Amino acid sequence: MIIDFVPLWTLILGAAVFFYVLLDGFDLGVGILYAFAPDRAARNLIMNSIAPVWDGNETWLVLGSVGLLAAFPLAFAIIIPAIYFPILVMLLALVFRGVAFEFHFRDAAHVTFWDHAFSIGSLVATFAQGIVLGAFIQGFAVEGRAFVGSSFDCFTPFSIFTGFALIFGYGLLGAGWLILKTEGELQITSRRQGRWCFIAVLIAIAVASLWTPFMDADISQRWFSWPNIAYLTPIPIITLAIAVFEWRSLNNRSEIAPFIGAIGLFLMSYLGIAISLFPMIVPHHFTLWQAASSPDTQAFLIVGTMFLLPVILMYSAWSYWVFRGKVRADIGYH
Amino acid sequence: MHLDPLILSRLQFAWVIALHILLPAFTVGLASFIAVLEGIHFFTGREIYFRISVFWTKIFAISFGMGVVSGIVMPFQFGTNWSRYADATANVLSPLFAYEGLTAFFLEASFLGVLLFGRHLVPRWAHFVAALMVALGTLISTFWILSANSWMQTPAGFKILDGRFFPADWLAIIFNPSFPYRFGHNVIGFYITTGFVVIAVAAYFIRRKMFAEESRIMFSMTLWLLTLLIPLQIVLGDLHGLNTLKYQPTKLAAIEAHWTPEKRAPLILFAIPDEKNEVNHAVIEVPLLGSLILAHDLNGEVPGLKQWPADQRPPVAIPFFAFRIMVGLGVMMLGIIILSLWLRLRHRLFDTSWFLRLCQYAAPLGFLTVLAGWVTTEVGRQPWTVYGLLRTAHSVSPSLTGSDVLLSLAGYMLVYLIIFPFGIMLMARIVRNGPSEAAKKEPIEGGQPSSPVVTPPEYTHHDN
Ligand code: HDD
Ligand code: HEM
Ligand code: HEM
Repeated sequence: MIIDFVPLWTLILGAAVFFYVLLDGFDLGVGILYAFAPDRAARNLIMNSIAPVWDGNETWLVLGSVGLLAAFPLAFAIIIPAIYFPILVMLLALVFRGVAFEFHFRDAAHVTFWDHAFSIGSLVATFAQGIVLGAFIQGFAVEGRAFVGSSFDCFTPFSIFTGFALIFGYGLLGAGWLILKTEGELQITSRRQGRWCFIAVLIAIAVASLWTPFMDADISQRWFSWPNIAYLTPIPIITLAIAVFEWRSLNNRSEIAPFIGAIGLFLMSYLGIAISLFPMIVPHHFTLWQAASSPDTQAFLIVGTMFLLPVILMYSAWSYWVFRGKVRADIGYH
Repeated sequence: MHLDPLILSRLQFAWVIALHILLPAFTVGLASFIAVLEGIHFFTGREIYFRISVFWTKIFAISFGMGVVSGIVMPFQFGTNWSRYADATANVLSPLFAYEGLTAFFLEASFLGVLLFGRHLVPRWAHFVAALMVALGTLISTFWILSANSWMQTPAGFKILDGRFFPADWLAIIFNPSFPYRFGHNVIGFYITTGFVVIAVAAYFIRRKMFAEESRIMFSMTLWLLTLLIPLQIVLGDLHGLNTLKYQPTKLAAIEAHWTPEKRAPLILFAIPDEKNEVNHAVIEVPLLGSLILAHDLNGEVPGLKQWPADQRPPVAIPFFAFRIMVGLGVMMLGIIILSLWLRLRHRLFDTSWFLRLCQYAAPLGFLTVLAGWVTTEVGRQPWTVYGLLRTAHSVSPSLTGSDVLLSLAGYMLVYLIIFPFGIMLMARIVRNGPSEAAKKEPIEGGQPSSPVVTPPEYTHHDN
């Protein structure tokens, strides 16, 4: 008998992508908010709050992409060429922002240039990821086993909208992180920025929840037909409850709650998208099972993954633990 | 004008990987060097090794950061530009890439933060362990990526169904015929590359009479290492060549610019290969040596390109010259080592100014050799991405137009042409400031200064 590894791989890959969105999400968000920091001291604190962890966070992107290649290669071979330019722009922006960590404080003569590289790089990478998300939900032109559309198909009103939405989403995560890691004036500023992002995120979630079913009959069928609607109503209700929680914690004194609330909002949106699309991995064309790699491939990789993933989570957690507490001016770059 | 997405994609791949490899070529060696320095410091407590390590860690931070960002670009290339290759090979190759991420990248990334910023936040042994883990991570990463690349050169352990590759035997896939040679030859090549940078920096300091003690230790220690590694590398290169003769005869024929198969073949030192007429011009050759070196036998047969139809041959001139550049530079390295031994015997290693200058200029030797070697390998594999089985022309993404790829290639060129010179400039600046300077500015490393702050006298009498 051959064991069906597809559900397990769906969970693993889903988790890896979600980890990426959370972890790089908050540090890209921190990068976006960096542009609004009042002075150099604040900028240094902001950058130091993520300097020891950004590399690990971005590694989830690598795992997400090679994980997709490994578990669902057909999806990789169709989707990645279809989003050629958003990927290009994202990668180039990530290059700029990644080297800015090191360069901005080694290169005093061009510090403003690297400041911009850092915050604009973060902004552009986020926007590009948002476009990827929108394009993915809308689906691609496929013939046989290949994408056959144009490299510009992915730019649509909807994907531009999700691009902007993600900027505020990551901004909210970033603000949550900064509230957790900073104190005093900087924390107050982050709370204020967090509230603005929160309002935009709420609007975006509402618009997306209406736009997607309107755009796609399958999705509308999935959510609004009986009895699905009965099973699925908890989703918007929980989302709303988290939103209330998030708004209150942005306004009261709690330091960790805004970050947790932001994670909750991301989790619910992620779940919403998953419910809309399941079981398709290339919307309208291929299911998870059709796009999966061979059982031998999945089996070979699962052995190591089941052992390595917990170990990775352990030492990643340890590296966060080493740098726990409020960020101090004397740790990280000066 | 017709823009060919295939040619442009190949150019783009060559560009992004060639610049990426420069960083692993340096950081693999440097990570091990730092781990050794940290280890000596940890076990003997000698302060000087600590200072050298702090100095190199600054340089490591920059080069590693650049290695990571240029590396993240890489797996996406397989999807954006080589989607049919991805579709065809994923069942075999993707676990190797995924294991690289799982076993290496997370290890490096997580312990890097502690290595760079955690010196005073964790116990000393934990900091040493972090240095070890980063070094180990770079080696594991090299292991997997070279296994994948070697499989594309000498595929094994697979079956083909519906025009796609499927795994049959994982051990045969991972330890495919060229992998052991490629792995050994590369890791040693990386250590050599780093070694030449280290002796160049040390020679610079010695010549300027700065940081005398630190630089002598670096210079002598590293020259000994190179004395061991360079001959070893040449032997390994020779074995690698035998392996290529066996498994990739077309590549070997191109490397040697051999058109007709023959026994008792000469070694062509120089020639201008003419692909149209299938001959060489301006040939300089040594009789019999070709068979001797390539087959380790005077009567050994050396393949010739005419054995294969023209559409299955690689371009000849590029692998031919690239290979000669690699070997030429390798022989130069050997020369430097022999000089160093001679000077050591005469106790003049540290005060022969022309030799110090020579070592200083030798800094880029390793990088150039590694690039030349890789160009030989990859262009010699053409016209295939998977040797003999999957054509490069059938690997490219079908949806791309020439202008799409032109745009992306321009983007990569532009960004890398900004980032790389800046990175090199900043590393050079750290070198100019020297090890003690780096140690003095240490508060950035952690919570507490490592020693009480003593104001140097020259600062107390400062009046502007
Ligand atoms: C410091 C670096 C260095 C030095 C001194 C040498 N090489 Fe090398 N060589 C490499 C670094 C390298 C490399 C960059 O690491 C390559 C590229 C791909 C590979 O597997 O290793 C390589 C490839 C490579 C190949 C191609 C194998 C193939 O793709 O099929 C051969 C035959 C040799 N080497 C042989 C030699 C010989 C005979 C040398 C004697 C001087 C030599 N190498 C010196
Ligand atoms: C001979 C070729 C290669 C070698 C030896 C190599 C080795 C390395 C090493 C040691 C690193 C760690 C960073 C550094 O030290 O600079 C790295 C980074 C990286 N490489 Fe390469 N690499 C090679 C080619 C490739 C290719 C073809 C890919 C694409 C699959 C790739 C993907 C990556 C990625 C994604 C990173 C970033 C890892 C991170 O997030 O920490 N590399 N590479
Ligand atoms: C790090 C050193 C490497 C260098 C300098 C290098 C260089 C090149 C060059 C010059 C080409 C274009 C050849 C041509 O089209 O004539 C190429 C192609 C390619 N290489 Fe490599 N390569 C390296 C390592 C790797 C690795 C580690 C992998 C995969 C694991 C890889 C996979 C490919 C693929 C998929 C192509 C595209 C198809 C092709 O043109 O053959 N390369 N590389």
